Amino acid sequence: MEIPEQIKKKLTLPAEEHFYAGHTACQGCGAALGLRYVLKAYGRKTIFAIPACCSTIIAGAWPYNTLGANLFQTAFETTGAVLGGIEAALKARGIKVKGEDGVMIVGWAGDGGTADIGLQALSGFLERGHDALYIMYDNEAYMNTGIQRSSSTPYGAWTTNTPGGKRHFLEKRHKKKVIDIVIAHEIPYAATASVAYPEDFIRKLKTAQKTPGPSFIQLFAPCPTGWRSPTDKSIEIARLAVQTAYFPLFEYKEGKYRINMPNPKKEPKPIEEFLKLQGRFKYMTKEDIQVLQEWVLREWEKLKKLAEVFG
Amino acid sequence: MEYKPIRKVVSGNYAAAYAALHARVQVVAAYPITPQTSIIEKIAEFIANGEADIQYVPVESEHSAMAACIGASAAGARAFTATSAQGLALMHEMLHWASGARLPIVMVDVNRAMAPPWSVWDDQTDSLAQRDTGWMQFYAENNQEVYDGVLMAFKVAETVNLPAMVVESAFILSHTYDVVEMIPQELVDEFLPPRKPLYDLADFEREPFSVGSLATPADYYEFRYKIQKAMEEAKKVIKEVGREFGERFGRDYSQMIETYRTDDADFVFMGMGSLMGTVKEAVDILRQEGYKVGAAKVRWFRPFPKEELYELAKNVDGIAVLDRNYSFGMEGILFTEAKGALYNTDAKPLMKNYIVGLGGRDFTVNDVRKIAENMKAVIEKGELDVEVDWYHLKR
Ligand SMILES: Cc1ncc(C[n+]2csc(CCOP(=O)(O)OP(=O)(O)O)c2C)c(N)n1
Ligand code: SF4
Repeated sequence: MEIPEQIKKKLTLPAEEHFYAGHTACQGCGAALGLRYVLKAYGRKTIFAIPACCSTIIAGAWPYNTLGANLFQTAFETTGAVLGGIEAALKARGIKVKGEDGVMIVGWAGDGGTADIGLQALSGFLERGHDALYIMYDNEAYMNTGIQRSSSTPYGAWTTNTPGGKRHFLEKRHKKKVIDIVIAHEIPYAATASVAYPEDFIRKLKTAQKTPGPSFIQLFAPCPTGWRSPTDKSIEIARLAVQTAYFPLFEYKEGKYRINMPNPKKEPKPIEEFLKLQGRFKYMTKEDIQVLQEWVLREWEKLKKLAEVFG
Repeated sequence: MEYKPIRKVVSGNYAAAYAALHARVQVVAAYPITPQTSIIEKIAEFIANGEADIQYVPVESEHSAMAACIGASAAGARAFTATSAQGLALMHEMLHWASGARLPIVMVDVNRAMAPPWSVWDDQTDSLAQRDTGWMQFYAENNQEVYDGVLMAFKVAETVNLPAMVVESAFILSHTYDVVEMIPQELVDEFLPPRKPLYDLADFEREPFSVGSLATPADYYEFRYKIQKAMEEAKKVIKEVGREFGERFGRDYSQMIETYRTDDADFVFMGMGSLMGTVKEAVDILRQEGYKVGAAKVRWFRPFPKEELYELAKNVDGIAVLDRNYSFGMEGILFTEAKGALYNTDAKPLMKNYIVGLGGRDFTVNDVRKIAENMKAVIEKGELDVEVDWYHLKR
């Protein structure tokens, strides 16, 4: 359907759609939304590398492709390395990469494929300085294999291999701070983003497109199936993750930190507000929630300090 | 332009590096491992000296080396890497990916024994363990064949859209210097024109497409069948390319099994790689000593030259299969393959397996003589003493 010009002018996101209807994500899938925004930002001249994860399925079984861009589906742990190879090939062939008119090479991997099995290839990719963007869509578990924990799963969360039972829950580790590991590589641009704040996300995608060298975006992407949450609450949950400072939005650019919170002066909401919409936290006692709350606030303070000192 | 070879004294590894240079590879991604490393070092040197226009990706592991080659090849470039033993084993998953995505990557594997115990010496188990990955495999006897093998491998690979491995032995070739006749760049270019990829991730004119996606049981089977069809096609292409190579450059590779003095032979020694140089020399000596023997060097292990093996086997009484490798719980790997290939034919020579040279154990002309004595006795008796002979075992 053609969008009238006067409406187009008012849109805060690009009108073009390159993510086709008929994809096979669950209802309310944050990852599917994320892909849609990436395609809005970059359009047809994008080469995706997607490893084993839910997005393999979302992109469609052969011969279908629901992404309006060229896509290479690769092995679980290889996103970083494949990006490097694609970039090297385009350079060897004299094809322009990045910038307004160049090709965007985008890795799109889950938290498992990034924080765990793919961490080595990610590190190699960042350290070697390839001209490509790596997006980790963070649904906080291995969803494609049926909701098992990853190192990005938060404290207390139920998963199928860290269940909450009558006496114990098994997930005793806090969420791994992948973005901190990424920033330790001193790359030009790294950011967190959320499907609840698409304008912010698209601005960050545009920044990555303009910035030479490797960029990294960690995108918060709710998964109703794995989080045991209502399919129409994904955006609300993602928004609460930001408002509670559980998943703060910020950017790291050329050594400087900048926090991009919607209401920067506001105190974070209590973490319960984020937890209560999701079945995966229902085993947690008041004390458990307190442990998570303290971690969230401690990390939030740390980030604020970083922005203050290196802002 | 008339062909005048450029003679250089180089190691097997440098022969591989020069071949990659002359093949105008565009992307090299690799990780160091003894005894492969000097291939990559030499290529880096070419780049540093401005002799080559290659994108070199110094990755953090062999797994990533193959993944990067896969990315590069899928994005239309001619991609090359090299490794050995543990490195090749680490790549294993990605070898399937390369063939499944129909990418004509060429890799040199320097045959090295698998650990433990640690060993840096020659042994073919590393490459043969990759038998079922959908990679073609060419085994080089000497440095010249390493050089020629890489050039031919690219041409074959890019014709049938499957990856290819050129295999040379640790130290015996990789680090031993010999004269290699190289081909002037202009003539290599005529022989090996720029790659025309099957698909190109940087092609934005066509409908958006995806490679490597999920295939349901309704389609997966056909994808596999097409790989087998490509392997069958490769046999034809290998022979044509081998003949063309001979016509252009004087070294004919049209036989997938190179036969040496087999015409009137009672029995032959069959094997792969550098040990066949020793065997050929031994054949000359044994012939003077009254043995009617020949040598059959399997150049291409994948695709496996069944038909050529049959032609050979129907005319001899026995085949001594020399395996510098082992499949535990069974026997030497070439032995299994050769026996299996002949089972449903009327060629039934006596076949005996000699396990030789594992982990770089020296294998000499005298060893070939002892094997000949034993093989002769076996054939005269008409039955095997043992089927698998751990020849060097300290008894
Ligand atoms: C080497 C290897 N080990 C295991 C798997 C099985 N596997 C496929 S997807 C997946 C989990 C993916 O999780 P994540 O990266 O978080 O993405 P999500 O499925 O949550 O979207 C696993 C374990 C695999 N494909 N390859
Ligand atoms: S399981 Fe979760 S991440 Fe996967 S498609 Fe469904 S909602 Fe999306």
